[in-house]
Amino acid sequence: MATRKSTAKPNVSADDLKAYYRDMLLIRRFEEKAGQLYGMGLIGGFCHLYIGQEAVVVGLEAAASEGDKRITSYRDHGHMLACGMDPNGVMAELTGREGGYSKGKGGSMHMFSREKHFYGGHGIVGAQVPLGAGLAFADKYLENDRVTFAYFGDGAANQGQVYETFNMAALWKIPVIFVIENNQYAMGTAQKRSTSTEDIHTRGAPFGIPGEIVDGMDVLAVKDAGDKAVAHCRAGKGPYILEVKTYRYRGHSMSDPAKYRTREEVQKMREEKDAIEHVRDLLISGKHATEDDLKAIDKEIKDIVNASADFAKDSPEPDVSELYTDIYATDIPQGAAVEEDA
Amino acid sequence: MATKILMPALSPTMEEGTLAKWLVKEGDTVSSGDIMAEIETDKATMEFEAVDEGVIGKILIAEGTEGVKVNTPIAVLVEEGEDVGDVEAEAAPAPKAEAEAEAKSDDKAPAKAKAPEAPKPDQTPDWPEGTEMKSQTVREALRDAMAEEMRGNANVFVMGEEVAEYQGAYKVTQGLLDEFGGKRVIDTPITEHGFAGIGVGAAFGGLRPIVEFMTFNFAMQAIDQIINSAAKTLYMSGGQMGCPIVFRGPNGAAARVGAQHSQDYAAWYSMIPGLKVAMPYSAADAKGLLKSAIRDPNPVIFLENEILYGRSFEVPVMDDFTVPFGKAKIWREGTDVTIVSFGIGMQYALEAADKLAEDGIDAEVIDLRTLRPIDYDTLIASVQKTNRCVTVEEGFPVGSIGNHLSAYIMQNAFDYLDAPVINCTGKDVPMPYAANLEKLALVTTAEVIEAVKQVTYR
Ligand SMILES: Cc1ncc(C[n+]2csc(CCOP(=O)(O)OP(=O)(O)O)c2C)c(N)n1
Ligand SMILES: [Mg+2]
Repeated sequence: MATRKSTAKPNVSADDLKAYYRDMLLIRRFEEKAGQLYGMGLIGGFCHLYIGQEAVVVGLEAAASEGDKRITSYRDHGHMLACGMDPNGVMAELTGREGGYSKGKGGSMHMFSREKHFYGGHGIVGAQVPLGAGLAFADKYLENDRVTFAYFGDGAANQGQVYETFNMAALWKIPVIFVIENNQYAMGTAQKRSTSTEDIHTRGAPFGIPGEIVDGMDVLAVKDAGDKAVAHCRAGKGPYILEVKTYRYRGHSMSDPAKYRTREEVQKMREEKDAIEHVRDLLISGKHATEDDLKAIDKEIKDIVNASADFAKDSPEPDVSELYTDIYATDIPQGAAVEEDA
Repeated sequence: MATKILMPALSPTMEEGTLAKWLVKEGDTVSSGDIMAEIETDKATMEFEAVDEGVIGKILIAEGTEGVKVNTPIAVLVEEGEDVGDVEAEAAPAPKAEAEAEAKSDDKAPAKAKAPEAPKPDQTPDWPEGTEMKSQTVREALRDAMAEEMRGNANVFVMGEEVAEYQGAYKVTQGLLDEFGGKRVIDTPITEHGFAGIGVGAAFGGLRPIVEFMTFNFAMQAIDQIINSAAKTLYMSGGQMGCPIVFRGPNGAAARVGAQHSQDYAAWYSMIPGLKVAMPYSAADAKGLLKSAIRDPNPVIFLENEILYGRSFEVPVMDDFTVPFGKAKIWREGTDVTIVSFGIGMQYALEAADKLAEDGIDAEVIDLRTLRPIDYDTLIASVQKTNRCVTVEEGFPVGSIGNHLSAYIMQNAFDYLDAPVINCTGKDVPMPYAANLEKLALVTTAEVIEAVKQVTYR
């Protein structure tokens, strides 16, 4: 595979760079494995892979601090792995097993982790945007300095509720970062066929929300932009928009015949812009790591991913009694945010 | 090690497919991402990519083969210099979990048909005997409920259109801004979908929002957030993430506001597992149920009624008066027929019962108060006593609460029934504006009386 040559000097330590490499590789290998398990019939329904977009979440997680929240759409596996959720629990949810994050009752599109401040996993395009603003609203109400990353796609950016949310987020100075993961397609619809303007990040301007465009194939650029957005929100200046230009290599979901773009287009992105190859190149050419170091990382990732697949196959299906549990809470599940803050 | 490449499942519904075309041949080297074949699924022709590196050792299924079952080995991938023979002996990796799942699936169907159990109605009084009472409007009772809960929990806040400075479009939030300030009593823009979503997110984030809809007619713009985000998340998260939120506001017909502003959503929301639904009639119930709703860890739909806001009822003077969900109230005991209703329907039910008494028919009148959960025990115990039942509500007839109660009674008290259950509902028409037509479109006391006479064969 041709390697993308880096021009920019890394603005982070060698250890950070290695960590980004590792985290991006984990997502890619995990998703490849999920694709395989889907092909074997072990994963059902919709399964939206994140391959190609890894630098977006890894870069933004590098800008986040403990206690910050994140919420996204159904294309959520990468976000969960990047915020430190257990690959076993994620993969077992994909296979619909007891060991999954939602005990098998949520599936690929619906997983949550209160511990890691991951608020889903939402299947309705755009719905996570007001939800994300609501999470951030809670933090502002509770007077802490946390921020929320609300991720959504270029397609979702045309939903009315997004603009309802922009308005209120700006009006009330809600500390939310709207991350538009512009992978250029909404299912089979290219951005130019759905969206009246070329830029989406400028759509916050009428509401007074600053926005910028970010190279989503460059994890360092993403982190930089993330740092800036986080600082803006934490300073109490209200929301911020990042339009992160990225690309998904695989189909929209597993059943995508991919007739809306050429094979060459995909191949070109992979060869010229791949985010993982980019960091690999930075590590090797900057002599921050040797081929052997990277091989060791590859091996570690392979083991984690294989273990998650084994776990996801071996974990039993949920007990039939689970059909009727978790419909109503009998106590306050989050134990009230006030306590959390104390 | 040689591995078998299996026929992939390429759509959620694919069981078999046609191996339309091989794009590689035996001896070719492939790497991850290379297209190996075109496969026709039930939906489309899809390209099938290699996930591993290797050499195509052998093609097992020829192109053009139809009906190739998912997971059938279609080719063998070997490492450089490896022999295909090694793999032939190995068994194809059986999709073990699937086979097991199928074997188990028989005992999965939950047994539903069970003999009806004897009902155990809880009809303990809502407040202790001798409690001081005061007359209050439903509007004041609702306001007091919110104010008391806001005093008790700093995470409770109210948001909605005109709730703060305007003091509420129907003056239900009167005085709250003065007492609690703009941080906790928040005027929103006119953007139901958006602020319902922000409310749900705030509940995920640990707050206890009360979201007022100016009327429930406008909540249709927000219904996705109510149902898909608020009601389902606890289940979808395996119990990790609940949504303690109250959506409240006037519901049902007001007076002369036409079709778009006059609809009863009781049956809509009551259908949804994960929601709780209250629809009080009296001021005491409005207060006690709203306080319970605000404390409830689940999303609650609280259906008020504009016409009832100004009605006065006796409300107990207590430090902390609450009414539990799932406990009906018997307003009037009787032996000849059960009239069951909720919300403003109670007005027709009680009026009818008074008039029927003059004719010597002794009706028992039950106010369900909450529609999720429903107090079936009180209802069934009553029907077992009276052997007849009439349901009363203002909503549309098709898929009404009355339809559901009728089915429930039929299944659980069939042998006790002396007449078919009759559902008195609003008519199957959009609400007309003309005064005379509007009256006809609503359920009437006369219709309830007529229905009772029918089931009592008078
Ligand atoms: C409200 C709604 N409409 C339609 C769909 C079906 N759907 C699922 S994903 C999708 C495309 C969304 O594209 P985008 O927002 O760009 O996100 P991406 O899949 O590229 O990550 C559509 C139309 C849905 N889930 N929800
Ligand atoms: Mg997209």
